Amino acid sequence: MPYRVHCMVCAGTGCVSNRSLEVREALENEIRKRGLQDEIQIVTTGCNGFCAVGPLMVVQPDGIFYQQVSAKDVPLLVEEHFIKGRPVQKLLYKPPEAAAPIPKMSDIPFFKHQRLIALRNRGLIDPEKIEDYIARDGYQALVKALTEMTPEQIIEVITKSGLRGRGGAGFPTGVKWQKVRQAKGEPKYIICNGDEGDPGAFMDRSIFESDPHSVIEGMLIGARAIGARYGVVYIRNEYPLALERIQIAIQQAREYGLLGENILDSGLDFDISVTRGAGAFVCGEETALIASVEGRLGDPRARPPYPAEYGLWGKPTCINNVETWANVPPIILHGWEWYSQIGTERSKGTKVFSLVGKVRNTGLVEVPMGITLRQLIYDIGGGIPGDKKFKAVQTGGPSGGCIPAGMMDQPIEYIAPDGKREARDYLDLPIDYESLTDVGSMMGSGGLVVMDEDTCMVDVARYFLAFTQDESCGACTPCREGTKLMLDILNRIVDGHGTMDDLRALEEIAWVVKQTSLCGLGKTAPNPVLTTLKYFRDEYLAHIEAHKCPAHVCRALNTYRIDPVICVERGHGCGVCRRECPEKAIFGEKNQPHRIDQTLCKKCGVCVEVCHFNAVIVE
Amino acid sequence: MPKLKIEDLARIREQARRATLLREGAGRVKITVHLGTCGIAAGGRNIMTAVLREIEERNLHDVLVTTSGCAGLCSREPMMTVEVLGQPPVKYVDLTEGKVKEIFAEHIVGGKIADRYALAVGSERVM
Repeated sequence: MPYRVHCMVCAGTGCVSNRSLEVREALENEIRKRGLQDEIQIVTTGCNGFCAVGPLMVVQPDGIFYQQVSAKDVPLLVEEHFIKGRPVQKLLYKPPEAAAPIPKMSDIPFFKHQRLIALRNRGLIDPEKIEDYIARDGYQALVKALTEMTPEQIIEVITKSGLRGRGGAGFPTGVKWQKVRQAKGEPKYIICNGDEGDPGAFMDRSIFESDPHSVIEGMLIGARAIGARYGVVYIRNEYPLALERIQIAIQQAREYGLLGENILDSGLDFDISVTRGAGAFVCGEETALIASVEGRLGDPRARPPYPAEYGLWGKPTCINNVETWANVPPIILHGWEWYSQIGTERSKGTKVFSLVGKVRNTGLVEVPMGITLRQLIYDIGGGIPGDKKFKAVQTGGPSGGCIPAGMMDQPIEYIAPDGKREARDYLDLPIDYESLTDVGSMMGSGGLVVMDEDTCMVDVARYFLAFTQDESCGACTPCREGTKLMLDILNRIVDGHGTMDDLRALEEIAWVVKQTSLCGLGKTAPNPVLTTLKYFRDEYLAHIEAHKCPAHVCRALNTYRIDPVICVERGHGCGVCRRECPEKAIFGEKNQPHRIDQTLCKKCGVCVEVCHFNAVIVE
Repeated sequence: MPKLKIEDLARIREQARRATLLREGAGRVKITVHLGTCGIAAGGRNIMTAVLREIEERNLHDVLVTTSGCAGLCSREPMMTVEVLGQPPVKYVDLTEGKVKEIFAEHIVGGKIADRYALAVGSERVM
């Protein structure tokens, strides 16, 4: 008998860590208990994207979206929905401002505004079943590329589609393929760069987890186009689930003869091996990645020669990001005309972003290029939680920069790709490669960290610099020494010991590191410093001149004080702060106002956290 | 596993697509079996099984089956609503497994409403 209900349980890393596998087990048990095992199919899928409300599941064919499901909800769910056909109200998604919950996935704003190409199969297939992928037109693009197209035609379609590298730099994919095809040397190699290291970014991981065959098919088409014999998937070992799924997918493709020799009787020979990375950020840089695949230390080298001519084992190598590969099959299948209609003049198609930080709907989204930050943060992201003010958005991870919201209603100059100047709001900034570079940030691989008024921009710059400083390989002096010097200065500033000379030095060193470093890591590491200096200089000045942190994040600069009226009238001098203070710096009797001895206070902030009456004031 | 040929890929796609089409929520016909307390008590579960068996035997892959609660006419249960894409829904009442068979042949496959078992065409006005 056919199944009448497909229950798609999300098993992306986010939902698994929120125990979605327990939910699946409970569902299977309950369904067996009720004798429904022949009517209802439980499918585990990759990341659905709306990680903020996991563990989640979608019940098809009705498209009912359930959020925050736990194993104990399962008996009610089976009874009400699967037997009686009534969606369980308490498990439906309800936006904060809405009166009633929204049962259908397609009506939820988070999903409604997205357009899925790279993530076309997410939540619809079991990533561990090749048949599920084939059902959704999987490997049809490969058949087309093998039977109807010459390698030149494939490259022409990719070039005309306008697809650009999704790893961050945005190099035209077709041009890269052409270079590798024309390069001399055999065998040629293809690499899938899955060394995703930006804090808060999980685009590549989710593609591996939800649709690994799309990457394999993209690489196969690439192999046909450039004439490569071997492929390597480079994936970090910290991604166990993604690693497992791509390995299963490669194994299935081999069993079906979709990898190996004479694929589909076309004469194409291609196979893929997996290299696990140890998690060094610099290995995302292509020359360092190649060194790592060869078994050497992950050190970058100067380019040229580019990997297209001198890559893996000294042979021509085509290296593209996971998301780029996943975009290839739909372009081949539906044509470049279709793809190039989506996006902006120079940035075509869609981009996957991981939307994190101070935003209601954290998760993984895929949107057309050219969408504005406002649409992304407010329409899809649901805005900032807790009535806080939106302050900035950080794009491109530690290599990117912070774009401010402070000038939201004050138009700024924006240099369009054609050089024409026009006025735009930052928030209404259309997201594409050029516009983000113009404001001092970059697309990066697609991490988007939203920050609200409680974020200290100096501390943000310090955080990202601490990351890049730690990840700097040390091969070149500007990056090795420069990031260390900058971090020292930033540490002084957040501790309240910064001077105006420090600020000048910081800016100067930042430019030197940006211009003279060997590889992309050093060239981009100063971006968070430079953009915060450009847009949030007043915060630096407040730290240095007034010895204050406007967001009250840098504790060394805070003064803690107890409001005597609130303490007595609301809290009746409860004394919880006095008992919890590790420095014994708080004095007072029951029913009397308490006070903090500033000479003893070490500014740990515990009193703020423990006070139930908000009587502790931070200044 | 023998090596795939292009024709094999098409065959696998056809089979797998049939099994997964449901997930896209698109079908030509939607059948709702009313499984409120009254529906279940009157034998709605057997009707559901009969519906699924028909779909299997007739090898239909554009028919979605869903359940809902009481339709408000408990005395005429078991009931089901058949909605052909682009046509108003039809409610069938006092169902038996035999009647389900006939409704499949005439309405779902044949495209002609099985008048003798139908209660009404259309639905109540909602809001």
